[in-house]
Amino acid sequence: MSKPRFVYVTYIRSTPETVWAALTDPDTIRKFWFGMTAESDFKQGKPWRLKFEDGRTADIGEIVEAEPAKRLVIRWRNEFRPELKAEGWSRCMMEIEMADYYPNFGGKAVKLTITHELEGEGTKFIEAVSGGWPKVISNLKSLLETGDVAFQK
Amino acid sequence: MIDVPKFKPKTVYVTYIAATPEKVWQALTDPAFSRQYFFGFAIDVERKTGGGFFLRYPDGRVHVRGEVLDWSPPRRFACTWRVEGMEAFDELPECIVTYEIEQAGEAVRLTMTESHSWDVPDAILAGGRSGWPVILSSLKSVLETGKPLSVKMGPPPEMMEAVSRAVVEKPWLK
Repeated sequence: MSKPRFVYVTYIRSTPETVWAALTDPDTIRKFWFGMTAESDFKQGKPWRLKFEDGRTADIGEIVEAEPAKRLVIRWRNEFRPELKAEGWSRCMMEIEMADYYPNFGGKAVKLTITHELEGEGTKFIEAVSGGWPKVISNLKSLLETGDVAFQK
Repeated sequence: MIDVPKFKPKTVYVTYIAATPEKVWQALTDPAFSRQYFFGFAIDVERKTGGGFFLRYPDGRVHVRGEVLDWSPPRRFACTWRVEGMEAFDELPECIVTYEIEQAGEAVRLTMTESHSWDVPDAILAGGRSGWPVILSSLKSVLETGKPLSVKMGPPPEMMEAVSRAVVEKPWLK
């Protein structure tokens, strides 16, 4: 049996370096993540925390892998909803690569793949992130392509 | 008539777009618009429930053929879907593709659901799972920036093999 997981793929007219910077810069994160932001220095073994606008902790974790412009892996647990916290740790992998493209058509795109997997059993945490990631990543794409997000919650 | 309740969702893709429901509806149903983001295919749809649905190559040949199951602008568009333009694919059972458009704050939430009536192997679902994110990411870019994305992609190799096997074994008859 495979682990409970959610996969979301998006293509963004941008560069891997710009997508990486957006995913790791607290002020940029705040813009596309509906006021929430991440606190971390995004190096292997370092703590990571997702916090609400008022500073309360939403999720906690640790950077498992950080390869700039390529790959970020976070061990991640919810902190503010007991039923999600009870399902324990998850692993979120963000992979960035240039997509293959047609030279004479459209704009070159970065493929961003989010794979969020629960370490143990359960359905509520994956259900919650399945709803959240499309909103957050749609906003990130809009921000990088247009300078503004698609919506503010 | 097909037995709609037999079809179960196998792939769902959600994206939020800074546009109106009417604009998203137009993007999903207009041939010139779809050519920009749908790997060059023109959507050709008869604008009524029960009407014909086609995805056409630039020269007019049919790539996908189907029937409109729900035409409810600008909220819900569902059609059956059978790939005719590729060898062996036309022997697979048709699937159902449904688009739902909802207001979400200042944005529009677009949900694409691909449903199947049989136990489709993951290797076959991989086609849609790799293609839809490209198509719908590019659709969002066209609506928000006026410009499509360029993503070059063919059917996954494991998909071709799985389709060849499925049309011989016909697991949907069991």
